Amino acid sequence: MTKTYAEINEKIASGKAVVLTAEEVIDYVDKRGLETAAKEVDVVTTATFGPMCSSGCFLNFGHSKPKMRITEAWLNDVMAYSGIAAVDAYLGATQLRQHDPANMDFPGEFRYGGGHVIEDLVAGKQVEFRALSYGTDDYPRREICTMLDINDLNQAIMVNPRNCYQNYNVAVNCSDKRIYTYLGILRAHMRNMTYSSAGQLSPLLNDPLYETIGVGTPVWLAGARGLVYAEGTQHCSAVERSDNDVPVEGAGTLALSGNMKEMLPEFVRGLSFKGYGVSLAVGVGIPIPILNPEILKRTTVRDRDIQASVIDYSHDYPEKTGKVLAKYSYEELRSGQVELMGKKVPVTSLSSYNKALKICNLLKAEIEAGRFLLAEASQRLPLNQGMQSLDIKGATK
Amino acid sequence: MITKKVYLYFPQSETERPIVYELVKQFDLVVNIFRAKVTNEESGYLSLEVTGSQENVDRAFEYLSGFDVNIHAGNSGMVWDENRCGQCGACLVHCPTGALSMVDRDIRQISFNDKACVECLACVEACPFGACSSKF
Repeated sequence: MTKTYAEINEKIASGKAVVLTAEEVIDYVDKRGLETAAKEVDVVTTATFGPMCSSGCFLNFGHSKPKMRITEAWLNDVMAYSGIAAVDAYLGATQLRQHDPANMDFPGEFRYGGGHVIEDLVAGKQVEFRALSYGTDDYPRREICTMLDINDLNQAIMVNPRNCYQNYNVAVNCSDKRIYTYLGILRAHMRNMTYSSAGQLSPLLNDPLYETIGVGTPVWLAGARGLVYAEGTQHCSAVERSDNDVPVEGAGTLALSGNMKEMLPEFVRGLSFKGYGVSLAVGVGIPIPILNPEILKRTTVRDRDIQASVIDYSHDYPEKTGKVLAKYSYEELRSGQVELMGKKVPVTSLSSYNKALKICNLLKAEIEAGRFLLAEASQRLPLNQGMQSLDIKGATK
Repeated sequence: MITKKVYLYFPQSETERPIVYELVKQFDLVVNIFRAKVTNEESGYLSLEVTGSQENVDRAFEYLSGFDVNIHAGNSGMVWDENRCGQCGACLVHCPTGALSMVDRDIRQISFNDKACVECLACVEACPFGACSSKF
């Protein structure tokens, strides 16, 4: 029994598509059986909401009178890269505010940065825009200072080189002092542990071999209609996998893009990690077309079937030793406590299951209402791709 | 006996008054101070919990209203902004009293119970979303 994208889209357009969330589909297939369910279910919605540092946006400010070829630009004192065309800039999520003391007074607070500017823009707030230039014959203006909001921009296109990590490390701190990381505050002597994945809801854990999600796949990016524009940076599919083909570590990633003018502020949030820096939490939903029973079976993956690797962020992570202390399933991690080396360790998440579930349901509602059509990927994501390390060589001259 | 959380703001004119002393002496209240602060402008903040009979607590509040003091009854000096909360749960392990807790395990919903909060401020630095903040 197989279905085509065209058949599924026809059902969506006529409002007859059967859509389940990645959570609902588990029990549904249990009750109905795989073959029957594959006939009945058209789409399964997956989602994730969490810190995604490799995020940012291209902005076009429009031309002032007289014109200016911007060489340096700041939004609310956060620098945007302007080494591109005259009034274009790229604002990155982890860019610190100018003069932020960072970790000079450790641990730094990092109260505001690129991620927060992106949040403010999506929320429709006014931001201060400053820019400098050296001036040319055709672009004589040398400075700008004004206020603007997202409606004043010609384009505000979110472009995230790496989102939706297929799986992720679980962090612990084996040292005798507290450490501050992008996975939160880790207390000394393994007194807490953090993870960051939506587990059974997460897009690439429901499509572990990238059978439907690929370049060109339409996605729900914080409420906007976005797409996968490339494999994500550090996409590394050749990793250890469980019997169900689900990776037990990082693995695949997606590069996503979408129009910020269509986004919902609830799912675009600036983050401040004490002692670490700023980032952006992004909400992503991806529909999986149920083309055949095998694809459906993948979507029934449960938290207990997905393993994640525990890494010591005080030593093994920074020193890149590759050592894994233990592996736990997301069911064990979500219980809030695991036993590591004979010690009971409380576990919390940086990724929000609650928001991911909300996104699964929002996307489901859009598909049921015939407003979100699916499309076949124009290119598959690489399946047996590794990742290189940076070799530090001596001076070449 | 009832217990009430109170958060007070004293303008410069009232910081000299021994208000907590009066709460104990005049109104027989058990006072548990969570946090106190005098600013460099000589105004002050005080976040406390008072326990006593309903009548004495009411009388104490009446006494306080006689001063130029802003009273925020039933309110702690901590704010949990539900709209800013990313519902991740990163705070849970850092909150020593369980004031921040998962109230619905099925949908993994986080909520804040200010009655259980002792204002240690551990959540303020643990929350990347900036959902937890102090009023002073």
